[in-house]
Amino acid sequence: MAQAFKTKLRAEGISMVFKRDGNSTSVLDNISLDVGDGEFLCLLGPSGCGKSTLLNTMAGFLSPTGGEVRIDGEVVTGPDPRRIFVFQERGVFPWLTVEGNIGFGLFKLSRGERERRIAHYIKLVGLQGFEKAYPQELSGGMKQRLEVARALAVNPDTLYLDEPFGALDSITRLIMRGELLRIWEAERKTIIFVTHDIEEAVQLADRVVVMSARPARIQQIVEIDIPHPRDISSPRYLELRDGIFEQIGLAHKI
Amino acid sequence: MTLLVRLRPVAFIAVLLVAWHIAAARQAVHLLPGPIAVAFGLVELAQRGLLVKYVVASLFRVTWGFMSAAIIAIPAGLAIGWYRRAEMSLNPLIQIFRPISPLAWIPISILWFGVGDVAAIFLIFLASLLPLTLTAINAVESIPTVYINAGRNFGLSPASLVYRVLYPAVIPQLIIGLRITLGIAWLVVVAAEMIAVNSGLGFLIVDARNAGNRYDLVVAGMVLIGVIGLLLDTGMRSLEGIRSLRWGYSED
Amino acid sequence: MNSLAQPAKWEKVLWPLLAGAVFLAGWHFSVKYSGSKIFPSPVDVQKGVAELLRKGVLWGYIVDSLRRVGVGFSLAALLGIPAGLILGWYPAAGQVVNPVIQMLRPISPIAWIPLSIVWFGVGDAAAIYLIFLGAFFPIVVASMNGVRNVPSMFRRAGRNFGLKPAQLLAKVVFPAALPQIIMGLRIALGIAWLVVVAAEMIAVDSGLGYLVIDARNSGKRYDLVVAAMLLIGLIGLMLDIAFRRLEKLKSVRWGFRLEA
Ligand SMILES: Nc1ncnc2c1ncn2[C@@H]1O[C@H](COP(=O)(O)OP(=O)(O)O)[C@@H](O)[C@H]1O
Ligand SMILES: [Mg+2]
Repeated sequence: MAQAFKTKLRAEGISMVFKRDGNSTSVLDNISLDVGDGEFLCLLGPSGCGKSTLLNTMAGFLSPTGGEVRIDGEVVTGPDPRRIFVFQERGVFPWLTVEGNIGFGLFKLSRGERERRIAHYIKLVGLQGFEKAYPQELSGGMKQRLEVARALAVNPDTLYLDEPFGALDSITRLIMRGELLRIWEAERKTIIFVTHDIEEAVQLADRVVVMSARPARIQQIVEIDIPHPRDISSPRYLELRDGIFEQIGLAHKI
Repeated sequence: MTLLVRLRPVAFIAVLLVAWHIAAARQAVHLLPGPIAVAFGLVELAQRGLLVKYVVASLFRVTWGFMSAAIIAIPAGLAIGWYRRAEMSLNPLIQIFRPISPLAWIPISILWFGVGDVAAIFLIFLASLLPLTLTAINAVESIPTVYINAGRNFGLSPASLVYRVLYPAVIPQLIIGLRITLGIAWLVVVAAEMIAVNSGLGFLIVDARNAGNRYDLVVAGMVLIGVIGLLLDTGMRSLEGIRSLRWGYSED
Repeated sequence: MNSLAQPAKWEKVLWPLLAGAVFLAGWHFSVKYSGSKIFPSPVDVQKGVAELLRKGVLWGYIVDSLRRVGVGFSLAALLGIPAGLILGWYPAAGQVVNPVIQMLRPISPIAWIPLSIVWFGVGDAAAIYLIFLGAFFPIVVASMNGVRNVPSMFRRAGRNFGLKPAQLLAKVVFPAALPQIIMGLRIALGIAWLVVVAAEMIAVDSGLGYLVIDARNSGKRYDLVVAAMLLIGLIGLMLDIAFRRLEKLKSVRWGFRLEA
């Protein structure tokens, strides 16, 4: 998708070194990256390479040991409700109902407005009928949709999704990808999506950032120039996918 | 479950009572009372007005001691658990004080407060303070980081982070700690009353023995202690069934 | 979750020492400025400990207390663990017996003192019986719940490999329940340590509990009272640490990982 590229987020020379018990591990090594406004960007890399770490620095949960992250020109110093993070380890609050979770970030709104938004996003993610249910009574896919709805409800302009569908079965995962794209097309948020699944990245993203094993560097940035809805058996799709497989050094045969 | 199966525990209790009755009737020296004597003992206590009076006295002490400990220990424990340096500083002191049986404080408690209610309440306070503090510390430390981060995400002020995330996240563990500690407090009040005051169920037991070897009243006192202890425990346990808390007890 | 990720090494030493020093200083000066003649200062207590050590009764008392706890607790474990395993293994037995346990359990062991004196006289046996009572019920309940909470998947896997019921209990259910049983034992040991002091204050004339009450009654020696309390705390702490070592053994550690 060739869009007018207005930069939303700019990472400049991000490095991250963790020190623990005297040893230091370098996890991110001098990563620079621009993310466009309204872009769907995938960070792709093997497990443990530092994707979550990079995403956390871009969201302000971690401060990098080198470099800086700017959003709309401002340096990121901490988390902010204008950009919401959906966590790899399930961040829905088990002590709140579906309604309570979606309404969590809406405390500044009037009551009526809050209820209207809650109802809207419950519908958007298809959780009608479960308004009063607690997370433990929901399936994995429903919990994940709940967390996405909670993020969208505060109307952020950026969403950080850290392997959000990693724990779901493959059918639910496919459905959730479709839903996410539908929501993205409706609301046009900037989305930064972490995954270690090549197919997932090629199905979703405008651009795929391929990262190397630790310490993570950007190996290649692949533009996915297929319009949505994407035909996942089209020659162009297969060509792009196999290109990434090769880039990572995996022959695509078992 | 069929009715028959449900009645089995009742039948078992009946068998135990009969066995107790026979054993008591056949003993050579009549020291241990049988179940019937104990039942009459309870009636006698009720008629003399002692039953209500002593139960109320014991519950009064437990309530005050336990409540005041909870009011201090829970916020303190949450703060200590949150600030790593506070935890590092205080942990050794807590660990040394904790295994000191609260009853070993009896002499000091009497020295400070004299023989009476306050001394007993102070002992229960001491018995509850450290277990509750430790529960709160552990509860905070075991909050998954992801909840805190999720809360920070939405731009909460520190105060509302405490109120809306920290506090609901620790409640289930706190309730378990409160229940176990209430059990300890109930154990300690009996002991404290045997030594430091002259009313309450613990006093009833020593008094019945010292004033004329009334073992029927001793056992009646024990029955009362058991029943009230069971009620306290059941009451606390019912909190664990609250719908918004159930996520914290998925184990069983 | 903590507010601070990695404290430096020197902080791990500095803060406890600082807190200990502040505590001792606070104690010292509040005794000094309240003008109390009876309540001991830290220095008095230190002299008290030295005096106890010199007089030589101390070792005897410590041994007495430890012996009572050792015997009572061991009996409770020897009887309580099998009883709990059986009650957990046969649901029907558990259903019948559990109400009785729940009724007996909240009776403070200390409330049994008059009866235990009638049955065993004033002496070791009475104290051991009280400790046994205090430790027995927590152990039974922990063992019972431990067995009940073993995921049925484990049992099925065991049966899949052709284990007989007795083998299943010994090789699958007991190891799987062990972490919970050990946790129950640790709680029971704490209660036993609490009860022995109470029992010795009332029912016998030796041991650390007796030392506390005797120091007060014979001449208001509060320095010795506090010295004895300190020893009770230290020995209790050592028992607990020894037990935690047990939890750290490799074969049972899996069950505690969630807590850390
Ligand atoms: N707080 C931390 N301290 C030390 N090492 C860490 C920390 N967080 C992550 N790491 C290490 O950084 C590496 C990358 O982690 P992560 O970003 O979670 O990988 P990914 O999300 O790509 O699977 C891992 O090797 C991990 O062990
Ligand atoms: Mg990750």
